[in-house]
Amino acid sequence: MKILVCIKQVPDMESRFKANSQGVWFEETDLAFRMNEYDEYAVEQAVQLKEQLGDAPEVTVLSIGPDRVVEAIKKALAMGCDRGVHVQDPAAATRDPWQIASIIASHAGDKGYDLILTGMQSQDRGSAQVGVTVAEELGYACATTLVGFAFSDGTVTAKRELEGGIKGVVRLRTPALVTCQLGLNVPRYPTLPNIMKAKKKEIQTIAVAELLKEEPLATTVSFHPPARKGGGIVLEGDVGVLVDQLLGILKDKTAVLR
Amino acid sequence: MKALLIGEYRQGKLLDSTFELFGFAAQLGGETAFLLVGDETRLPACDGPLYLAEAAECGEYNPDLHKQLILQAVARENPDFIVFVHSSYGWDLAPRVAARLKAAQVSEVIGLTDGGFEVGCCNAKMRRTVKPSTARAVLTIQAGAFPARQPNGTPRIQRLAATGNGGLEFVGYEPAEAKDVDLTRAEVIVSAGRGVGKKENVPVIAALARALGGELGASRPVVDAGWIEHSHQVGTTGQTVSPRLYVACGISGAIQHLAGMKKSDFIVAINKDKDAPIGEIADVLVVADVMQFVPALTARLQR
Repeated sequence: MKILVCIKQVPDMESRFKANSQGVWFEETDLAFRMNEYDEYAVEQAVQLKEQLGDAPEVTVLSIGPDRVVEAIKKALAMGCDRGVHVQDPAAATRDPWQIASIIASHAGDKGYDLILTGMQSQDRGSAQVGVTVAEELGYACATTLVGFAFSDGTVTAKRELEGGIKGVVRLRTPALVTCQLGLNVPRYPTLPNIMKAKKKEIQTIAVAELLKEEPLATTVSFHPPARKGGGIVLEGDVGVLVDQLLGILKDKTAVLR
Repeated sequence: MKALLIGEYRQGKLLDSTFELFGFAAQLGGETAFLLVGDETRLPACDGPLYLAEAAECGEYNPDLHKQLILQAVARENPDFIVFVHSSYGWDLAPRVAARLKAAQVSEVIGLTDGGFEVGCCNAKMRRTVKPSTARAVLTIQAGAFPARQPNGTPRIQRLAATGNGGLEFVGYEPAEAKDVDLTRAEVIVSAGRGVGKKENVPVIAALARALGGELGASRPVVDAGWIEHSHQVGTTGQTVSPRLYVACGISGAIQHLAGMKKSDFIVAINKDKDAPIGEIADVLVVADVMQFVPALTARLQR
């Protein structure tokens, strides 16, 4: 059995973002990057399945981007993936979801992966398109937003998260692609021995030009902060003073404090 | 200009979110057509063609068949836009349709601008304006971003059918977990988010809730991490609340959380990140470390 996990490296979301010189995406200087949170659940699920099946499946982790994304690949290898594929693309941030999906699909097209896992969306773009589009291009069965996953005899039983806390249960025959929601499992922290072991694992580098054959279908024309709603009061300063200020406002504006 | 709107139907009912599609279409302008895989008992009174396929035959969730039905309607209507709600139904189905049509997709649209469509990014802290390069585009609209609108017209019902098994088998629904905490009746809710740091800090937030005579709420990450039970979760997949006072402690303000609490009468956010999106809807944003500020506030209330 062959499993592919697709991961993205994204900035820490607590960062302050400012537009780059083209004004269409964030300026990368001063940002700290990490594995997209949703993708950590995809990696964990792949590794859990490998363990369930007695170590038999080979788990490949793929990431597209500049050299910094190798750090995210290394983390996935330390979590238990077997080998890495780095699609070297310094301009990855300018690609639209259609192009990213086409890169993954052209890599996966002749590899015979039985199961592909991705996060349901990235924390930075949040388009929630790439996984489903890859499945559509490869003709794989696909289920999104998984909060439950079970595998036996070539069939995935997936629990999809719906609105209002309801779940929808579906079965998919492999080859299949699933996208993972937060809370699907508990992603492990790589241990020091596993980090050391991961250093020996192979990371294959492929130039993006070998895989990218598609033009973008959509263009980002502007990246900017939201318009401030106004009206909200911002309190900053010494904690003791802040407590007094807040209590004053609550007494004034709400009937909660009597 | 023409938009094909894709309605949502679950557990035998047309979902209310469907009417937000008409609110969006009114802002977009032009003609509309509507498609629903459902039943004919409650259909929107929209002008223009209404494509109806029976959920009894095509399933409530069968993306491969629903995709085929939508492609049939697209072939007949030749719409400029195919519009879904950005929901577990819409984000699942839209990319399948877009891929088959090789059409641009713009996800989770929150507004229209001259240059294109406005969408959130970077955990809702920033915005992008996106322009489709293809003549036809698939859009998903953010739930709650456009006003629900009841159309007032006469639909021309056209029946659609599709057959086949599709790539997956729908087994059934699992009900939401029983709620032993009814936050919807609480006058005050004090919620903990990831910013509280660790499970051991949750009692500090609970103590503030008690001091204010309220209930403890939670954002999704702290529930996923097992710090607080799911029955306390506020948001799209938890409870939707509207207390007189909502205090968000260390909650950045993901859209799914905001959707569950933005109707609160008065919102206080405590966050060390001045740019956190929760600040967009808070009446008061206290820029401070939650674990320093909250105990000080509780102590003062108890004095």
